[in-house]
Amino acid sequence: MSAFLREVFTPGSIVQLATLASLIASVNFGVVGTYVVARRITYIAAAIAHSVLAGIGFAVFARAHFGWDWCVPVLGAIVAAVVSAVIIGYVSLYLREREDTIISVVWAVGMSAGLLFLYYSPGFNGNLESFLVGSILYIAPADLWIMGALGLVVVLLCLFFYNPLMAVCFDEEFARLRGVNVPLYYLLLLILTSLSVVLLVQLAGIVLAIALIVLPAAAGLHATGKLWHAMCLATALAMIQSTLGIAWSYSVEIPAGPAIILLSAASYLAVFGWKAWQSLQASSSLTRRS
Amino acid sequence: MGAAIEFQHANFRYRDVSVLTDVSLRVEEGECVAMIGPNGGGKSTLLKLALGLLKTESGTIQVFDHAPHTGCRLIGYVPQHLHFDPKFPITCMEVVLMGRLDRLPWWGRYPAADREIAHESFRRVGLTGLEERPFAALSGGQKQRVLIARALCTEPRLLLLDEPTANVDLTVEERFVELLEELRQKITIVLVTHDLGLVERLTDQVICVNRRVHRHRVSDLDGDTLRQIYSAELREQHFGSCGCPPVTAATPGT
Repeated sequence: MSAFLREVFTPGSIVQLATLASLIASVNFGVVGTYVVARRITYIAAAIAHSVLAGIGFAVFARAHFGWDWCVPVLGAIVAAVVSAVIIGYVSLYLREREDTIISVVWAVGMSAGLLFLYYSPGFNGNLESFLVGSILYIAPADLWIMGALGLVVVLLCLFFYNPLMAVCFDEEFARLRGVNVPLYYLLLLILTSLSVVLLVQLAGIVLAIALIVLPAAAGLHATGKLWHAMCLATALAMIQSTLGIAWSYSVEIPAGPAIILLSAASYLAVFGWKAWQSLQASSSLTRRS
Repeated sequence: MGAAIEFQHANFRYRDVSVLTDVSLRVEEGECVAMIGPNGGGKSTLLKLALGLLKTESGTIQVFDHAPHTGCRLIGYVPQHLHFDPKFPITCMEVVLMGRLDRLPWWGRYPAADREIAHESFRRVGLTGLEERPFAALSGGQKQRVLIARALCTEPRLLLLDEPTANVDLTVEERFVELLEELRQKITIVLVTHDLGLVERLTDQVICVNRRVHRHRVSDLDGDTLRQIYSAELREQHFGSCGCPPVTAATPGT
C-alpha cells in the first residue's frame, strides 16, 4: 500500500495517471449511470459499449491503410458510440416494438465490424484483450485531457438538464404534454451515455465498462430514493472503488479492470444487504409493537 | 362560455381497425362529465386525440379553440398511477413540479414562485407534508392524489382523469369524490371511468364511448341503454366466439 501511495504522488507516474483517469470517469459513472439505471436502459449502454469496437477497429484500419494519422482510436470510438446511440434512440422512440431486436443487432454488428477491421489492419500490434478488459495502466497524459474534457461536457449537460431529463425518464407522455421535446432529450441522454461509455472503455474495457456504469449507480439508487442523492453517492462509491481497485491491482499485480469491478460488486452487495437488514429490523420492531 | 373540447366528425383508425367513427362531441367549459364505455371501446384513444398524442384520420378537434397539440397545455392530465415504473427514484415534489416544466427557465431550476404553486397543489389534494417523500413509497391512493396535484400545478382550465379509482379501495375513493366535488366548482372536469357509482355521485352528464360516441344524462341510463352501450358490440368483439354468458359478463359496475 505504501508503495502505491508513493507512486500516486509521483507526478506523471503510470499509477498517478490511472488514478486521475478513474477519478474523472467516476463522476461520469455516478451521474450518467444513475439516469441509465433509473430509466432501465442498461442493456442499451451494453450494446453501445460493444459497438464502440467498430469505431476503434475502423480508426486502426484507416491509419494502416489510408495513412489517416489523425484518426486516433478514441475518435473512432466516440463516433461509433454516438452513431449507435442515435440508431437505438430513433428505433426506441418511433418503432418501439422492435427495440430489443435493434439493440442486439447494433451490439453484434458493431463487434463483428470491429473485429474484421482489426483483422485487416496489418500494422495492428495492440492486443484485443486490452479493448475487452481495459488498459488503465497504459493511459497517456493526452488521453487524460480528452477524458477530462469529455467528462466535463457530459456532467455539465446532465446537471443543466436535470429536471427535463428526469421528467422524460419518469413520464415521457406527461413531459410531452408540457411541451418538452421528448425525442431530443431522450437522444441527448443516450448520447451522453454513449460518451461516458467511451470514457469507460479506456478505463475498464468494453466488457467491463457496463458493469462500472451500472454497479455504483445501482448501489446509490438502492440506498436513496432521490435521483441527485443517488448521483452523489454513486460518484463517491465509484471514486473509492476505482482508487482501491487500482491500489489492489498494483500491489498484487492483477489486471486493474476486474479488480475495480469486483470491488464495485462487493459494495453493491453490501448496500443491498444493509437495506435488507434495515427492512428486517423495521418489520420485526413492528411485530414487537403489535 | 366556449367549448373546452370539441370534436367534429372525427374518425380514427389503428392500422385497418376503425377505433372511432364519426365522433362529434362538445364539452362546455365549466362542465363536469364522465366518460364510460367498455375496454377497447376507444376511451383512451379519445383522450389521446384530445391531448394531441394521436392524430385523427379526418374531422377536426379543438381544445379551447386551439389545435390539440397546443391546447393540451391548458389540460391537466392525470394518468393511471399503474402506468409508472414503481421503483423510479423521484420525490413527490419533483413529480408535482413537472406541472411547471413548460415554464422552466433556461437555467433549468424551478423558481420559488413555481414551488409555491406546487405547495398549494399539495394542500388542495390534502397531501401537505409528503413533499419530500419518495413517490415509490406511497400507497396507490396517495399516488393518485400526487398525480392530481401535478395536474393542478399546471394551472389547468380542464382536468382530464383516466380511471382515477382503478385499484384504490373504498375509503380512498370516498376522499377522492370529495376532492373532485370541490375541484369541479372551479375547473372543467372530464373523468374516464368504469365505475358507474362514482359517476352518479359526481355528475349527471355521461359520454358513452364505444366506437361511436353518444351523450346521455345519467338519469336516462336505464338497464337497456347501458346494456346497449356496453354489451352489444362488446359481445360481438370479445365474447361471441368463446361462449361466455354475454350480458352478465359485460354489465359494468352494477
